[in-house]
Amino acid sequence: MVDLTDSQIIDLEKKANEARQLLIETLLTAESGHSGGPLGLADIFTAFYFHILKQDPKNPDWEDRDRLVLSNGHVCPIRYVSMAMAGYFPVEELKTLRKINSRLQGHPHRGALPGVETTSGPLGEGLSQAIGMALAAKLDQKTYRIYCIASDGEHQEGNTWEAAMIAPKYKLDNLTLIIDRNNIQIDGNTEDIVPLEPLRLKYETFGWNVLEIDGNNIRGFIDGINSAASVRERPTCIIAHTIPGCGVSFMENDYTWHGKPPNAEEAAKALSELKAAGAKL
Amino acid sequence: MLNPDLKLNEKLFDADVEKKATREGYGTGLVAVGDKDKNVVALSADLTESTKADAFAKKYPERFFEMGVAEQNMAAIAAGLAESGKIPFISSYATFSPGKNWETIRTTIVYNEANVKIAGHHAGVMTGPDGATHQATEDIAITRVWPIIKVLVPCDSIEAEKATIKAGEIKGPVYLRFTRDKTPVITTQDTPFEIGKSNIYWISDSPQVSIFATGYMLYYALLAAKQLEAENVQVEVINVASIKPLDTDSILESIKKTRCAVSVEDHQAAGGLGGLLSEVFASENPVPMEFIGLQDTFAESGKPEELLKKYKMHTPDIISAAKKAISRK
Repeated sequence: MVDLTDSQIIDLEKKANEARQLLIETLLTAESGHSGGPLGLADIFTAFYFHILKQDPKNPDWEDRDRLVLSNGHVCPIRYVSMAMAGYFPVEELKTLRKINSRLQGHPHRGALPGVETTSGPLGEGLSQAIGMALAAKLDQKTYRIYCIASDGEHQEGNTWEAAMIAPKYKLDNLTLIIDRNNIQIDGNTEDIVPLEPLRLKYETFGWNVLEIDGNNIRGFIDGINSAASVRERPTCIIAHTIPGCGVSFMENDYTWHGKPPNAEEAAKALSELKAAGAKL
Repeated sequence: MLNPDLKLNEKLFDADVEKKATREGYGTGLVAVGDKDKNVVALSADLTESTKADAFAKKYPERFFEMGVAEQNMAAIAAGLAESGKIPFISSYATFSPGKNWETIRTTIVYNEANVKIAGHHAGVMTGPDGATHQATEDIAITRVWPIIKVLVPCDSIEAEKATIKAGEIKGPVYLRFTRDKTPVITTQDTPFEIGKSNIYWISDSPQVSIFATGYMLYYALLAAKQLEAENVQVEVINVASIKPLDTDSILESIKKTRCAVSVEDHQAAGGLGGLLSEVFASENPVPMEFIGLQDTFAESGKPEELLKKYKMHTPDIISAAKKAISRK
């Protein structure tokens, strides 16, 4: 795989910045929704939709596409933003997030929006579904890859560990799990609620190939994804350390921004910060 | 009399009537549907032999996935397989699936409209010695209230095989309910089975009460009908194997004639077949109704027939209920 040039990376960083701005506008219009996780994941989603995924936005059911399963469905606003920017649907439609009759459901619904691989929201179910897809791909000798984004907090759901235990049994080297390690959840810091550390060791002892990277560094993330492609007979888990609220100073690392949108004043402040940062790229 | 058009088992009322567990029908049906469509896959949560998925596992090992004791994982993995074009059949005891994994099924299978077939085994007190923890007695209630899903409760092993095969042929989520113990074979290969259709298994010239039964309890309803006929009480017995979609037309046609009803199921008296029928009757044609089932209690360990007697779900109880319904008209 060819390394991206610096200028290609900067292009992606500009897209991520644009995504963050669209996200703030979308959440403001929706008047509900999650801020922390989506902002933190903007770089990863940009990397997926503008570089990593083998996809066809005009043909979301293309049989040989890469699959991206979003287990922590509540961060869907950043997925919707990325999909719109990539051409799955008009950017204008982002204004309908969480409104009645919208295809952009508050938590993604497979039946509502083509391109959303599955319904999610209740935590702990995405990795299992990704495993099912990976098993089907192996059965049919397909070469597309299956990616699953999960949150750190949802590792408190037992189902997640059922999935973590079984993926290595089936040698699913076509499966890459990305854990959004942002250390926050609704009630506070993950390590105060139910400690997840040592998270890397847990996955390693379960038989996964594990990497730890900076999830807000696009080049680092893409390198991690690429390295997984050459690992045989084991699934890969990328622990992506992200800053919740990344890009908006007053939201960064503050768990109270996990589940609420900005109001008009906060949105204006956030946008001016993001525009200034974008101008520097 | 038994409805001759349905080509039922003529030896049904013999003391040594053939008995076979409905779960056997799942086993043979699963292989049959797997033979026809290579996209059919099966998953088990450490209950392969008991849920009769073993024949499929042996014949198609590359299409069988052992999940271990993890019913939520099994359901969601099945959803992922279905999202990739496979037709997964998942099996476990009904208390665990759809019991333990109810929300997983709701989100990843039903709301996703994933083409997954859920086989819930060891349904009802008929499960016997394992006791209440393993006797699924609320599973019809918790599945029929989901939109989209189809709910099928076959009356014997032959109907179970047909239901399993039909489930594999149609698109969308299906819940199939099976029992552990051997129960009388009521139908034959020539007996019609159709999703959304209920037939009258016991017919009379002027029936005074409609007895609706689901699952193997149909046998006890038919025994009750035979005895009631000997006492000059005419009844109609309908097999409601298709809980959802319900054959509302046939059911309403029956109570239009009889003007009272009894529901019979190995399930809580609340929420299952009885609850479903009373919703229909209240909306369309309110009639007095008696409910045979567990009366808001858990059962216990015991032999199936002993349990049916203790918990008032046996033939004499059905007979009393029929007479009571008639008296309330």
